[in-house]
Amino acid sequence: MTVTSTTATTAASLDTVVEAGDGALVTVPSGGRLRIVDLHGNQAVDTLFYDAHDIDNRYSAFDTIREQRAVFLTTGSRLVSTRLDELAVITDDTCGRHDTVGGACSQESNVIRYGEFTRHQHACRQTFLRYGAKAGIGQRHLAHNVNFFMNVPVTSSGGLTFEDGLSAPGKYVEITASRDLFVLISNCPQVNNPCNGWDPTPIQLLGRW
Amino acid sequence: MTPAATPNPTLTPAHTHEVPGAVAWSAPVRAGRTVTLTALADGANATMLMIGADRLDRLNIPDTLKSQMSARIKPGMVLMSDRGLALATVTASSLDWHDCLTGALPDQLLLLELTKHGFGEADLHACINFFSKVSVADDPRASLTYVPDHAHAGDTVTLRADQDLLIFLSTAPHALSDEPAAGVAVQIETPAHTDDPELREEATRALRLTRELIA
Repeated sequence: MTVTSTTATTAASLDTVVEAGDGALVTVPSGGRLRIVDLHGNQAVDTLFYDAHDIDNRYSAFDTIREQRAVFLTTGSRLVSTRLDELAVITDDTCGRHDTVGGACSQESNVIRYGEFTRHQHACRQTFLRYGAKAGIGQRHLAHNVNFFMNVPVTSSGGLTFEDGLSAPGKYVEITASRDLFVLISNCPQVNNPCNGWDPTPIQLLGRW
Repeated sequence: MTPAATPNPTLTPAHTHEVPGAVAWSAPVRAGRTVTLTALADGANATMLMIGADRLDRLNIPDTLKSQMSARIKPGMVLMSDRGLALATVTASSLDWHDCLTGALPDQLLLLELTKHGFGEADLHACINFFSKVSVADDPRASLTYVPDHAHAGDTVTLRADQDLLIFLSTAPHALSDEPAAGVAVQIETPAHTDDPELREEATRALRLTRELIA
C-alpha cells in the first residue's frame, strides 16, 4: 500500500487499515499529523522516518535517545535524524511508551534468535524493503526504527528483554511532521516472541493534513 | 638446500597505532585477527562503526542487543551484522560496560573516513562508544545519565574479527561528556589462541553460520 497526499493546498486525509504483516509507505507533509491506532492491542508497529527530499537525512534511534536523555519514546519526544534535524514530534500518545532500541525483525535475525525453522517466515525488514523501494529506500537506507506499542524494558543493570505489550485495543500514538516525510511502516508479523501478543493484528492509519 | 619451513611471525606483524584525541581513523582487519583498544587517558571514548566483508553488511546494535539480552557491550558478546552474521567477538575487556545506546554527534572526520572507503551518510548506523558508560535509571522513561570516571588510562577491550572487517573509529569525546578528548592505542595482531569465550546460544549460532558461509 502506498499512500501519498494528493495536493498541497487542500486538506487531504488518510484513513486506512494495514493488515497484520503488511506495510505502508506514507508521505506526510510538514505539519501533517499521522495517528497510528492499535486496533486490537499489543501490536508492534515498526516505523522509519525519512526527509522526503533527501532520504540520507533519516531517523536515528540512538541520536533521538541521547538528545532526550531517555530510552523510551512518548508525547514530546523529538524524532531526530543523523544530522540532528527534527523530523517529527510525538504529539499524542495514549499507550504511554514506545521502544526504539529493539530494531526490526528480519529473516536472518530470526534464525539467530529462534533457529533455522524461522528462515522463511515473513519479517519486518522484508516489508521495509518491499514498500521502501518505491521511495528509493534500499538496504543501506534501512536504519534502526521506532517500535510503536512495543515493550522492551531496559534495566539499570544493563539488561534488555522483550515483554508483553503495554498497549490495549484502541490505544494510539500521533506524530506531527516537522518537515515533509516518508513514513515507512511494517505492521510486524513476528510470532516467535510476545511483541505482538503472539498474534499479529491490523492497525489503522489516520492522517490529517 | 631448502630451509626448514618454520612459521615466521614477522609475516603477520602486529600493527600498532596511537590514535590521538578528537580524530577519526579506519583500518581493515582480517578475519581471525584481534583488535585491542587501550585508553591512553582517563575518560577516553572510542566510537566505532563496523562494516563486514561484503561492504554492505553493517554492525547492527539492536540485533546484537536483543539476541544477547543486553543493553550494553561487554566481554562474551558477538557483534552481529544486519544480516545475522558475526562481525566480531568481544573476547576481553577490563570494563564490563561499553555504551551503545547514545550514538555520537555528527562527526565530519568520521564521515570522511567512511567516504574514503566508498561509504557515506546512509551508513551512519548505530555505533559503540567503547570506554564510555551511560547509566539507565529504573524510572518510567529509563532516563540516561553519563557516568564520569568510568574508564581510566590503561583500560582495554579486545575484539576478534570473525570475518574480514572495516573498522571506523572516532576519538571525539562522548556526546554527553564534558571531559577533554583522549587518545586511544590500537593494536591489530594475529592471536596465539582463538578459542571462543563463553557465549549465549544465539551468539554461537551466528558464529557457526559465519564460519560456514564466509569466514
